Amino acid sequence: MTWSQMQPLLEQACWETLIMVGWSTLISVALGLPIGVLLVLTDKGGLLQNSLVNKVTGQIVNVGRSMPFIILMVALMSFTRWITGTTIGSEAAIVPLAIGGIPFFARLVETAVREVDHGLVEAVQAMGGNTWTIVRRVLVPEALPSLIASITTTIVALIGYSAMAGTVGGGGLGDLAVRYGYQRFETGLMWITVAVLAVVISLIQFAGDYAARSLHHRGGRQGSGPRLRLLKAKEPATTTATADLGKAG
Amino acid sequence: MITTSGLTKVYRSRGREVTALDGVDLHVREGEVYGVIGQSGAGKSSLIRCVNLLERPTSGTVTVAGQDLTALAGRGPRAGRELRQARSRIGMVFQHFNLLSSRTVQDNVELPLEILGRSGKERSRKALELLDLVGLADKAKAYPAQLSGGQKQRVGIARALAGDPKVLLSDEATSALDPETTRSILALLRDLNRQLGLTVLLITHEMDVVKSICDSAALMEHGRVVESGTVTELLATPGSELASALFPVAGDASGDNRTVLDITFQGESATQPVISQLARTYNIDISILGAAIDTVGGLQVGRMRIELPGRYEDNVVPIGFLREQGLHIETVEQTQPAPQAHQTPQAHQAPQVDRASSVLVKEEAK
Repeated sequence: MTWSQMQPLLEQACWETLIMVGWSTLISVALGLPIGVLLVLTDKGGLLQNSLVNKVTGQIVNVGRSMPFIILMVALMSFTRWITGTTIGSEAAIVPLAIGGIPFFARLVETAVREVDHGLVEAVQAMGGNTWTIVRRVLVPEALPSLIASITTTIVALIGYSAMAGTVGGGGLGDLAVRYGYQRFETGLMWITVAVLAVVISLIQFAGDYAARSLHHRGGRQGSGPRLRLLKAKEPATTTATADLGKAG
Repeated sequence: MITTSGLTKVYRSRGREVTALDGVDLHVREGEVYGVIGQSGAGKSSLIRCVNLLERPTSGTVTVAGQDLTALAGRGPRAGRELRQARSRIGMVFQHFNLLSSRTVQDNVELPLEILGRSGKERSRKALELLDLVGLADKAKAYPAQLSGGQKQRVGIARALAGDPKVLLSDEATSALDPETTRSILALLRDLNRQLGLTVLLITHEMDVVKSICDSAALMEHGRVVESGTVTELLATPGSELASALFPVAGDASGDNRTVLDITFQGESATQPVISQLARTYNIDISILGAAIDTVGGLQVGRMRIELPGRYEDNVVPIGFLREQGLHIETVEQTQPAPQAHQTPQAHQAPQVDRASSVLVKEEAK
């Protein structure tokens, strides 16, 4: 297989992956965020403590999380047909991808929001803020760097899921690697596809990390990576340590 | 301005009940700085959080600026609109500042104004004005993480003042700060109290905080208010633990046949040279065993332990002279060598030991 033969296949696959992952990410974030926040609010000691809602939502999320994606896809076929009118193709694959992504993202949101210092919630309560104010002005903005990291994780997971969507004719990079590379023994194309996937995922991870970091107002100069800062911080720390030792001696 | 009556808070967890507040009656007058002091676990934190109902009291009432907040509470765990409006008129500062790290200093100060629904222009004008008041006008665009602890607390105070409150609650506001920063924050609170006529209720475990800014104080132990009153009233109360913690005097008689007196100075009497007058008038030698005199709330107050030669019976006349000067006198009977430096706040744990070693006998009882 020559490059001129591979190129249109790769372009087509990239486009399909983008459509599937893009839409399913949007839907997962749009629905997973409120569900994740709801899980925190209705939890014991939460602002809207309600153990019934919490348990039911938690269970639904757990079922969604524990179901293998390929089974979820098959189980959702009639639902997919009802929504998109077909069970074949990229559009059809978006439905199970989104349904799989929502509980995945919701759990990540729950963890991120739970990390927000309760003192901040209390401070806004003391100012007379209501629950909606607390969600909008405290929980979500304060958890934003973690939420961005969660979105990155979700996108990467959805790219993995989308490979399986190939079985229902969803197409995409993963499907290309399986059909041409594995089943037709086109090793060259398989490796190229894998390389493209690796590059795409690295780029997404890098962009996500960068976005999360630039939103994190940790003091000092912004934008400098944590590793860089660690190296910078180390030097004066060791000098003071030796100075202290000198004094003690 | 703030009145709590019969305030009780019981925490229930896994069938066990912990009484954090046990019938607390507190009265904070308008325009004063009121300090509640106690060890951790004494219930101070529950008390201050009950004042704006962040913590729902089990029973009892809280009245702030003539409004019964407990009546506004409603039944559910969520605060209704009336309670939220009442809370917006009560400022609160926290031990760990509780600033939003995602917002700039100015946006943090604007947050209460956003909740009150003020316009953008009004918010920024007010926020900058408040930042100027707390001395941080140049830090408006900084993020909290770029500030020092003291600066963060200044932002916290500016934020608490954004809603033009009449009452400020301070929950261990200086406990996470170093001594010097603590002093500057306390000075700021004092200034705000004077300039804006702000009523301040603060809780602390540091006696120095009470000493430096409080007009009145209450001592809490095991969920109860053990002592309370203005600093002068407390000083005048014989055997007051707060007074002796605020003004610790110690010292033993140098031998037998001596009279040891504790003199309490309040207000103008502290400025009179009574000791030298006493020495001259009766031609006696006076040794000062210990003294703690300070300016509390703008008034000179303090205690001094002096020793006169001779037994009590020999000194009735000089003691009478001191009393005529408007001083409060207590005779200290030294039953055994008194242990030194026991009058730190921590010594409240063992008041029995304290009393056994140096029995304070009220003069009138004799």
